[in-house]
Amino acid sequence: MNLTLKIWRQKNASDKGKMVDYKVTDISPDMSFLEMLDVLNEQLINNDEEPVAFDHDCREGICGMCSLYINGEAHGPDRGVTTCQLHMRMFKDGDTITIEPFRATAFPVVKDLVVDRGAFDRIQHAGGFISVNTSGNTIDANAIPVNKHDADDAFSAATCIGCGACVASCKNSSAMLFVGAKVSQFALLPQGKIEATDRVLNMVKQMDEEGFGNCTNTGACEVECPKGISLENIARMNREYLSASLKG
Amino acid sequence: MSLDSKVPQGPIKDKWTDYKNHIDLVNPANKRNIDVIVVGTGLAGGSAAATLAELGYNVKAFCFQDSPRRAHSIAAQGGINAAKNYQGDGDSTYRLFYDTVKGGDYRSREANVYRLAEVSANIIDQCVAQGVPFAREYGGLLDNRSFGGVLVSRTFYAAGQTGQQLLLGAYSAMNRQIGRGKIKMYNRHEMLDVVKVDGKARGIITRNLITGEIERHSAHAVVLGTGGYGNVFFLSTNAMGSNVTAAWKAHKRGAYFANPCYTQIHPTCIPVSGDHQSKLTLMSESLRNDGRIWVPKHMKDVEAIKSGTLKPRELAEEDRDYYLERRYPAFGNLVPRDVASRAAKERCDAGFGVNSTGEAVFLDFASAIQRYGKETAHVKGLDENDAVLVKKLGQEVIKNKYGNLFQMYEKIVDQDPYNTPMMIYPAVHYTMGGVWVDYNLMTTVPGLYCIGEANFSDHGANRLGASALMQGLADGYFVLPYTIGDYLSNDIRTGAISTDTKEFEAAEKEVREKLEFFVTNKGSHSVDYFHKKLGKIMWNKVGMSRNVKGLTEAIAEIKALRDQFWKEVKVPGTNEEFNEELAKAGRVADFLELGELFAKDALNREESCGGHFREDSVELDGEQKGEALRNDKDFAYVSAWEYKGEPSDAVLHKEELEFKDIELKQRSYK
Ligand SMILES: Cc1cc2nc3c(=O)[nH]c(=O)nc-3n(C[C@H](O)[C@H](O)[C@H](O)COP(=O)(O)OP(=O)(O)OC[C@H]3O[C@@H](n4cnc5c(N)ncnc54)[C@H](O)[C@@H]3O)c2cc1C
Ligand code: SF4
Ligand code: FES
Repeated sequence: MNLTLKIWRQKNASDKGKMVDYKVTDISPDMSFLEMLDVLNEQLINNDEEPVAFDHDCREGICGMCSLYINGEAHGPDRGVTTCQLHMRMFKDGDTITIEPFRATAFPVVKDLVVDRGAFDRIQHAGGFISVNTSGNTIDANAIPVNKHDADDAFSAATCIGCGACVASCKNSSAMLFVGAKVSQFALLPQGKIEATDRVLNMVKQMDEEGFGNCTNTGACEVECPKGISLENIARMNREYLSASLKG
Repeated sequence: MSLDSKVPQGPIKDKWTDYKNHIDLVNPANKRNIDVIVVGTGLAGGSAAATLAELGYNVKAFCFQDSPRRAHSIAAQGGINAAKNYQGDGDSTYRLFYDTVKGGDYRSREANVYRLAEVSANIIDQCVAQGVPFAREYGGLLDNRSFGGVLVSRTFYAAGQTGQQLLLGAYSAMNRQIGRGKIKMYNRHEMLDVVKVDGKARGIITRNLITGEIERHSAHAVVLGTGGYGNVFFLSTNAMGSNVTAAWKAHKRGAYFANPCYTQIHPTCIPVSGDHQSKLTLMSESLRNDGRIWVPKHMKDVEAIKSGTLKPRELAEEDRDYYLERRYPAFGNLVPRDVASRAAKERCDAGFGVNSTGEAVFLDFASAIQRYGKETAHVKGLDENDAVLVKKLGQEVIKNKYGNLFQMYEKIVDQDPYNTPMMIYPAVHYTMGGVWVDYNLMTTVPGLYCIGEANFSDHGANRLGASALMQGLADGYFVLPYTIGDYLSNDIRTGAISTDTKEFEAAEKEVREKLEFFVTNKGSHSVDYFHKKLGKIMWNKVGMSRNVKGLTEAIAEIKALRDQFWKEVKVPGTNEEFNEELAKAGRVADFLELGELFAKDALNREESCGGHFREDSVELDGEQKGEALRNDKDFAYVSAWEYKGEPSDAVLHKEELEFKDIELKQRSYK
């Protein structure tokens, strides 16, 4: 395949940035989207130009490092996949593809397509944990039985990879799906109950401080989420938050 | 320097307890005055950082990703072992110890493995307390599955994403400490050197990957949890950033590098499809619990399948060669990874590979779908003879167990594995070699520790499934926090370590010069160009099976490639910015040195063991004819290499391995 790429280039956080056009040829449909960018970068390096910076690591859809806003969609046109698992067979010969960073006030651009998602970490520092010592002197694991359905739901919430697609695809740049997933995981497990009140209050407070917008129930986040994290988690978080606020 | 493993005296089952009872402790008030650097925030580094901070030390943690949550550990799929014997199928600390030593082909250190088995049960308790959502049975208790190479069900899992959940557990423990200010986290920082003061590790030099700033960081001890070096092969199942730099820099500063040639080749990966490929994707070996592995018996069927005139599904049962079940009736499809990998290569080398490159075998779920379908129909009182219904029910069971893996396969290969067998082939996966450490997990540099995949101690020549996660967490949560305390108890009066010393200055200067070289060298080839070339040499000559000729050639070729690299490498941009090519250049430079030592180590080891198969060392007759032949008389040792400049000058030290509690036997999975 031969493709035209329109890519956001921005030297650093303070640079203004602009779209630049590139051509790539001989792209195989079996390549992943990132491998296609590798081809472009190899070409740029050979022409003494600077390669396009983009984030990635595992390239198997699990680390949450890759991002990219492709043709107006976070992680591109395929459903249920991250950009590294998006394959070129989703595109046609001659296509023009627009590639931009995940844009949100809380995710400043680092360079080109790389953004800083540190805000997610800071929300986690505020309460995304269960306060238990790591000494190993805990009770036997089977002494905390967990209903299979709850365990499965907690697991589903916990599969969030922290990629930020939910934020990028939300017109308000809300982080509710991400935070909802984390709050839900612990809310569903007996181990997490004791600190539930503080956890949800602290995490929501931090989320607001980081400059994420509000949720207006558009549901774009759920559609674009590569891990199928459901809106139910937002509802659960809202319930947790409400009851915590009443208590607090 | 002679190698002292510092293994405590006494019966194996008491060693660790006795040890803990006799080490020196640091008073809690003094811990506040002690700094520890932890490089790496995967399962090993993350759990260590959290625990050390909780104990009261000041921890500075580093990783090159933008968040600790993205460390390579996140990708682990299948599960984590622990001798809990919840299933009542005869598991015990001893049996886990035995399986691990045997699985490692008797090339690991007995005392370390025993300790690992001993603390394994605690890991599960710990993780559950942290809220790790392991798979549960309907009664609310934890579920288990079995993995290759063992006969009990001791593997705990969270669907096919166990590593993710365990890492998020360690990450949350870190977050708690970061929130409390006990861990200072340095994301997007790459460690580029270890700094020694008076012979002890006292700090590191890092590069801020966003600004390019070179920084000095000091501490009373340095812990490396920097993962494995499988990417020396360019293509591997490792994350793209996984590298050897930290371990290699430690090696250059005096840490011996042990068993560099011990690599695990994992049997169930998605085959290579073309030259554009950047990495290989693992399909968890838990799939081997239900999938049967085969190739056609007859060449004409191979041809027909390749040309598309015959669908694999249509090939009659009697025309299929279920070669693992045929060769290893006791373990069948569940033989250890090295055995399964070699058997696949053997069939493909003989021409029976089923994809266009001839490097793939089938992993088939049809009989499992049938079996589960019938069972479910039976349980639900439905018609067991309704083929369509049975298939549907069976597929649902398989979906519940492996849904995300099947989805991943389908996205990559564009084929539906529910209806046509998966194609798989072995790929480089895990490195059992690494920095040499003693029982305390300390390297040959005082104050420099190494944990998780980056060290060498627990897995021998081969690693059984679900044992790396176990080791990472055992080291980080339960072993290092004790052993490092013993060392640090001598440092309570040392006070803060200054970074304004000649040692820091010299190390920083060296780092800077290397970086400057890269961005000013006017070369003609990209970093990847060299990395791919190195990978090809490694895979073809230092890969799944090796011989003297190939290894000798590889050593010369890598040396020549390294020379070319230093002349012709081209790195765009500058040092003072986010520059991924520059970061890669440093990593590949280190791979080019490690690769040669790797081949040299493989050449030295004139035996087949574990993942390491020497063509000149095979059983010539008897029941084991054609299988790998180990040589305990001459090679029951750890090869620990001392840095002396060029890899060719590295000096070999041997740690003789003693097996007092397990009798050395040829492995048999027949
Ligand atoms: C696809 C896949 C599936 C697997 N499945 C299983 C399984 O089911 N069961 C099992 O037991 N094992 C499994 N493994 C193996 C297991 O995941 C790894 O061995 C283990 O997670 C390694 O953990 P670690 O903490 O030692 O290192 P890693 O998780 O690799 O972490 C390394 C850390 O070091 C940091 N780092 C490295 N170099 C530097 C540097 N120079 N400067 C700063 N930071 C640095 C990185 O940022 C990272 O934080 C699997 C591996 C893969 C690839
Ligand atoms: S909720 Fe979904 S889209 Fe948002 S960070 Fe998690 S995985 Fe990504
Ligand atoms: S690179 Fe890890 S999810 Fe895409």
